[in-house]
Amino acid sequence: MPFLFSLSMALLAVGVYAMTAARRAGCSRRVYSATLALSTVVLSAALAHLLTAPAPATLTLPIGLPWLGAHFRLDALSAFFLIVVNLGAAVASLFALGYGQHEQAPERVLPFYPAFLAGMNLVVLADDAFTFLFSWEFMSLSSWALVMAHHRESANVRAGYLYLVMACFGTLALLLAFGLLAGPQGGYDFATIRAGQTSPGLAAVVLLLALLGAGSKAGLVPLHVWLPLAHPAAPSHVSALMSGVMTKVAVYGFIRIVFDLLGEPVAWWWGGLVLALGGISAVLGVLYALMQHDLKRLLAYHTVENIGIIFIGLGLALTFQANQMYASAALALTAALFHVLNHSLFKSLLFLGTGAVLTATGERDMERLGGLIHPMPWTALAFLIGAAAISALPPLNGFVSEWLTFQAILLTPELPQWLLKFLAPAVGALLALSAALAAACFVKAFGITFLGRPRSPAAAQARETDRYSLSALFILAALCLLAGILPGLVVDGLAPVVGLLNGGAQLTAQHSQPWLTLAPVTEVKSSYNGLLVLLFMALSGVLAAVLIHRLASAAARRGPAWDCGFPDASPMTQYTAGSFAQPIRRVFGSVVFQARERVTMPPPGDGRPAKLEVKMRDPVWDAGYAPIAAAVIAVSTRFNHLQYLTIRRYLSLVFGALVLLLLGMALWR
Amino acid sequence: MALIIDYLVQGGQMLLILLLAPLLTGWVRTLKARLLRRRGPSLLQPYRDLIKLLRKEVVLAESASWLFRVAPYLIFAALWVAASLVPTFAGGLLFNWTADLIAIVALLGTARFFLALAGLDVGTSFGGIGSSREMMIASLAEPAMLMMVFTLSLLAGTTQLSAVAHFMLTAEVGLRVSLALALLALMMVAIAENARIPVDNPATHLELTMVHEAMVLEYSGRHLALIELAASLKLLLYLSLLACIFTPWGMAAAGDGWSAYLFGAAAYLAKLALGGFLLALFETSIAKMRVFRVDQFLSAALMLGLLGALLLFVSRSL
Repeated sequence: MPFLFSLSMALLAVGVYAMTAARRAGCSRRVYSATLALSTVVLSAALAHLLTAPAPATLTLPIGLPWLGAHFRLDALSAFFLIVVNLGAAVASLFALGYGQHEQAPERVLPFYPAFLAGMNLVVLADDAFTFLFSWEFMSLSSWALVMAHHRESANVRAGYLYLVMACFGTLALLLAFGLLAGPQGGYDFATIRAGQTSPGLAAVVLLLALLGAGSKAGLVPLHVWLPLAHPAAPSHVSALMSGVMTKVAVYGFIRIVFDLLGEPVAWWWGGLVLALGGISAVLGVLYALMQHDLKRLLAYHTVENIGIIFIGLGLALTFQANQMYASAALALTAALFHVLNHSLFKSLLFLGTGAVLTATGERDMERLGGLIHPMPWTALAFLIGAAAISALPPLNGFVSEWLTFQAILLTPELPQWLLKFLAPAVGALLALSAALAAACFVKAFGITFLGRPRSPAAAQARETDRYSLSALFILAALCLLAGILPGLVVDGLAPVVGLLNGGAQLTAQHSQPWLTLAPVTEVKSSYNGLLVLLFMALSGVLAAVLIHRLASAAARRGPAWDCGFPDASPMTQYTAGSFAQPIRRVFGSVVFQARERVTMPPPGDGRPAKLEVKMRDPVWDAGYAPIAAAVIAVSTRFNHLQYLTIRRYLSLVFGALVLLLLGMALWR
Repeated sequence: MALIIDYLVQGGQMLLILLLAPLLTGWVRTLKARLLRRRGPSLLQPYRDLIKLLRKEVVLAESASWLFRVAPYLIFAALWVAASLVPTFAGGLLFNWTADLIAIVALLGTARFFLALAGLDVGTSFGGIGSSREMMIASLAEPAMLMMVFTLSLLAGTTQLSAVAHFMLTAEVGLRVSLALALLALMMVAIAENARIPVDNPATHLELTMVHEAMVLEYSGRHLALIELAASLKLLLYLSLLACIFTPWGMAAAGDGWSAYLFGAAAYLAKLALGGFLLALFETSIAKMRVFRVDQFLSAALMLGLLGALLLFVSRSL
């Protein structure tokens, strides 16, 4: 444990070094090599801890609050999230070894990057409320600085502002949650909180506050508004970390508070609330993503969907636990945690792939890309694997966690509550809808960016990215495949975490199943074997290819595209991101976003081009945020004249306030 | 010895569906022609087409990438594996537990994903139109199908197809509203997913409302052959699925012996023939709808599926 803590401190030291030397040549390489090495060491230590599962290690340091000290602890849950954090960090650092060379303002990235990593590590290791919140804020602020790295673009400034507001709101909620947990005695270390009892009413408030605090960081609808603005603003390797990893740290915060610190299961309707929010996030997130043309923003919105899927699993686990169905809760928790790992893998992969595209073309607007598979075949392959994995296609990893979530939903008819009996299948339908829409979203993302013909000169002149970046991409792609074909091993690795959160109940060991099949409940009920599916697919595909090439024909010739006899040489005649999404915009967007299309067609003989305008409204912003912002502005204009009073009036104001307060005190007593 | 027989039966089933798939397509085509009082092509015409296409050279568009060349093999492999996982003449075969019904639906998704990408690869407007509409259709058809899976697994307590089929043979099933809804939803999805009338027309290349044919417009030679074969496999898969879930009579169980297998195969062929006939009858008796009606058609399927599942969540006896 002191070892892990000192590694986090070493990350901070790297940050301090970068502050002094950021402008110097080779500094970026040294910083990223150092973070790569440190993350890899933490990763292996955490992996060793999770696999050997010893007793939790603790460390208390005389820093922080004088009467409290700083507590750190490594248990199975921390170890799992340390793996997620440091796997992402190591790969992002490897990617940045190549990508970071193109950074225009290294002094705005290099000092904050190691600090950001250290912040995330410390949140996961913290074992008292003060250290947790301090690290949480440290993580938020350092990532805010990274969002503001290119601060001359006005969009980034707005993103940074919104991020700061939402981060403050989230931390406030968590602060109150910990305050309630600690109680009037002020036992702020987690061991005391865990030992204490919370009344059911208080537990519900704590859960709600944790949902607000962690949900705003994770991007749960309706608290997601900052995320699609802030994540794309940062440099790509940081975007990958923010979207793939930092949202998981937020999920960790929720799990730690609700499943570990609260102790007693909360009433079932809170689980239902989490479940419903998860389902809504999943569908809204992917619908938002489908409407985007900016590749990074599309990915950021899509994070909202995946967070929704994770929260569906967590909500199911809460409802099962509230009904003492711990075996079913184990399945739901496994699904959620599996998806945490999966999402950190493929979302990082996709963001890093976008970074490679960004370096090669300078563009992230899909309408100006296209045909990148020709100059960048390897990046395209890695991105394709990520896109297939996130669309939950077998035999890759995204499918396994969604399959587990479906299996958990299929256990809900045994719940006694009527509301849940209606809610669970509805959420199942939402999950199915989001999975299908995700496939459409990533056909669009990959197809418009990498396939077809280049839509701009920048896309036509792209070059394959560097070797560091490619190796980072392929490490993640390989992990996506491995987790997909050997899911049983991942589930076994998760077992101690699930046991910790679930009163000891966990899934049966999967590694002893024949052929490494995944059978979470019993084999009779449901089983899936990714390895065999891959094997069969490879076998039949290769067999078909060999037989056809040997026995029939292997001849191929290049010619112009046919296109029903009317091929057009202009790449502008291709389908664009906007036109690809049009049917879905029409079917779903007209309801959800009130999307309206207007075509302006010039009269015959008029040479002006026809125009198609699309108007969309963001329901969450319009209904939730715009009124609040308007109210804040209205109130502040009301009170604005207080700024221009005479000194006499100020003094009487102060006196009046004092009298009022004293009066209030007197009445209270 | 028993293991070798198990392998043989499993391999036989995979070969059987591969060989049967074009025949089913030919059967439906012939029936449709007869219903329109045309003579129609021979039953074996799809085989001849495939052989001819396989022997021809491939003409690749200049802007086609490696994905365009790999996609037909991937699509074919995914659909073949998916189709082999549906029990045909016998349930409980050696590898039936490899994937459950949810995984089969997802495998269909894998094939669709790559087909849609292949449609976008050359960079023509027709390819784009097909891909974009296919994904719109799928975004409603796939959840509808999964809702049907929910209904079944709530009833049978399992998502394994063999076990579902076995459960459907038991007396406790009876007539249920939820099953009727699931059947209706599955049939609607099957029509949409196989690009049949009224959603799409498999017989046309030159129509602005085409979906499936627009995506594969640039394919030729052996690539086209594989895609056509994959499309036949998909039709066979859906009919087998309907047969296996809703009419499992006659299906042999694992290790029943050769006579049971033979009887199962005969029953399976009869079911396929009947299914093909019903499909042809339906297709000739209805007109194609416009593209933005399809979403209403499929939303209805989704709602039926959801309703079926909800009924079961409320009461197991419905």
